[in-house]
Amino acid sequence: MEIIEVLRRPWPWYVAGPLIGLTVPALLLLGNKSFGISSSLRHICAAVIPANISFFKYDWKKGIWNLFFVAGITIGGFIASFYLANPAEMVIAEATQQTLSGFGLTNFSGLMPAEIFGASNIFSLKGIIFLVFGGFLVGFGTRYAGGCTSGHAITGLATLQWPSLVATVSFFIGGLVCTHWILPFLLTLTL
Amino acid sequence: MEKLENTSLTTLSEEDKDGSNTQKSAEGFAANFKYLIVGLLFGIVFVKAEIVSWFRIQEMFRFDSFHMYGVIGSAVLVGLVSVQLIKRFSIKTTSGEEVVIPDKTFSKGQIYGGLLFGFGWAITGSCPGPLFAQIGSGYVAVIITLLSAIAGTWTYGLLKPKLPH
Repeated sequence: MEIIEVLRRPWPWYVAGPLIGLTVPALLLLGNKSFGISSSLRHICAAVIPANISFFKYDWKKGIWNLFFVAGITIGGFIASFYLANPAEMVIAEATQQTLSGFGLTNFSGLMPAEIFGASNIFSLKGIIFLVFGGFLVGFGTRYAGGCTSGHAITGLATLQWPSLVATVSFFIGGLVCTHWILPFLLTLTL
Repeated sequence: MEKLENTSLTTLSEEDKDGSNTQKSAEGFAANFKYLIVGLLFGIVFVKAEIVSWFRIQEMFRFDSFHMYGVIGSAVLVGLVSVQLIKRFSIKTTSGEEVVIPDKTFSKGQIYGGLLFGFGWAITGSCPGPLFAQIGSGYVAVIITLLSAIAGTWTYGLLKPKLPH
């Protein structure tokens, strides 16, 4: 059972990063598929609510592999969280904890702060901002950019495409501006 | 189940290049389970490396930890070396086809959309992939985030003709 003990520990970046990188050749060699996850959201739109919009009038069944891929990610997330969970608490950088405590966060257990992403927050105004508004930006922004972290930052950079570098730098600038100037305001909103 | 259509690279429009499928020969429905397995392994890595954590994304944007930079950097490096090896040795796919990776074309959307996604990344602590892994991990509230991301994608499709590209 020792192998399970090892797997349960958090995986360091030099194990996880190369495994994620190997997804690129794995998908290419299995069937000429380019690694890119956000297009799954477009396929869902095209399959469920195309509404006669030309952007959604295409053969989404060619992209069905991507829907199987994200279904796999969901199952993988379940297996890792319920069968391979780390028995100890996640270690978050001291500096980040201090900054976030300053914005009123007190619960640093789990993958996500319960004070924001707990199920009881779904119907609060804070929940609407973080879940609904944040999610909308993820879906709108990735499609407008033509890809997300997987399609641009990993596949695009790994295949030396400069438009993907532009996209990756933009992702990062957006994230930095939001983290340092907007999140402090959003986190301290008393609603 | 029906067989899937073929597409040649020349008919691939810009919006179909992300997550593209350039396989020429038709694939049966059962072939999709290969991608489910790759996704499953990928989802396990996502959670075990804690990169689906909102806190890890905060550490990254606050420059408080090297973890995320190490993950993304080494993923790009391994991807880059693998793609170069595939090209150098003309390694074929399992169905004997030449590997085809479509070239992306620049559009201003990569800047505007990129900045907007960056905001969403910092707020939700996730990219589209981690959203699925978080739901699998039992964070039910993220189902709302995912539905909203689908609504965002749909709104982009609706507004696309009016947006600068």
